[in-house]
Amino acid sequence: MMFYVQLFYEFFKVGLFAIGGGLATYPFLHELGPRTGWFTVEELADMLAVSESTPGPLGVNMASYVGFSTGGVPGAVIATLGLVTPSIIIILIIARVLRAFRENRLVDAAFSGLRPASTGMIAAAGIGVVELALLNPELWRQTGRLADLFQWKAILLAAALLVLTRWVKWTKKLHPVIFIAASAAVGIAFSFAGA
Amino acid sequence: MEAEKRAGLWELFFTFAKIGALTFGGGYAMLPMLQREVVERKGWSTEAELMDYYAIGQCTPGVIAVNTATFVGQKTRGDLGGVVATLGVVFPSLVIIVIIAGLIHNFAELAVVKNAFAGVRVCVCVLIFNAVVKLFKSAVTGPATAGIFLLVLLGSLFLDWSPVAFVLIAAMLGILLQNIKERGKRA
Repeated sequence: MMFYVQLFYEFFKVGLFAIGGGLATYPFLHELGPRTGWFTVEELADMLAVSESTPGPLGVNMASYVGFSTGGVPGAVIATLGLVTPSIIIILIIARVLRAFRENRLVDAAFSGLRPASTGMIAAAGIGVVELALLNPELWRQTGRLADLFQWKAILLAAALLVLTRWVKWTKKLHPVIFIAASAAVGIAFSFAGA
Repeated sequence: MEAEKRAGLWELFFTFAKIGALTFGGGYAMLPMLQREVVERKGWSTEAELMDYYAIGQCTPGVIAVNTATFVGQKTRGDLGGVVATLGVVFPSLVIIVIIAGLIHNFAELAVVKNAFAGVRVCVCVLIFNAVVKLFKSAVTGPATAGIFLLVLLGSLFLDWSPVAFVLIAAMLGILLQNIKERGKRA
């Protein structure tokens, strides 16, 4: 019983202090493992790999995984609830304050600056994914050949997806999950990871 | 004025469970799904509100996907709605991770998984690009907002600053620009 209380408490702290998205939980878990003896840094690296290659928000996947490996199914549930509890409390408070100040001129002005900023941050995150998915900077640095910088198969797929999601009339209204499933199939058929 | 659409609690739970199950990667990867399910299909919030939630989520504790779910749920069904939407978004993660961790060893090392995810990542690029184009159209309304967009984009790419700094600077710029605009009108 005490173990589950501690598990909840530790993940509550991670949820409270990790600011700015899923990967922000990583440094906290990196410290948590050795301190509690629940998992090693090597095990954490494996958990991160699995969390990145399964659906769901990264931080939540990490909490579920660490919780499961230390306390089974109840551990997974408790760690995840611990992680999200501070967010829920804080956001519910902010949502009320926000509603009260919705008509405020100052708040409105602040948000008119925030919207392009959050679009910029999402665009930057997207460019990070482009680097990972379409380019090959490592290989390029090694060989120095410009052609090695590009993952040609991936770029072809991206071009096809871009056309299908933006310009072809009868495919662009399809649910995004259809494109995700099709891309997974293409990735397997043409061994995109070279594996 | 258009009547706000009210969601059932189960509907909230299932919609967010669906979004959680279809999100691959970080919170930003959730955006295309949120636009499709929450804005277009259900009408629970607007494009502009999603951006507000995202900006607030950047500088409040916790996972952005969870923060956004709490916001949307709270808006449609009050505090209970916030809790239910959040439980929905984490539910698929719990189930999938427990199954994989419990049954499959070296999941991330399997060739089929690696190849599938290399493909999915390409798709996520394109979906995020489309999501950004949509957001850009509603957020960037003139030269001033275009400037903020560029500043934050370049800053996020090349500076090692916390997103909190960008959010605070952008909010102050928004207030400053508004004041300049009003002073211009009065003069």
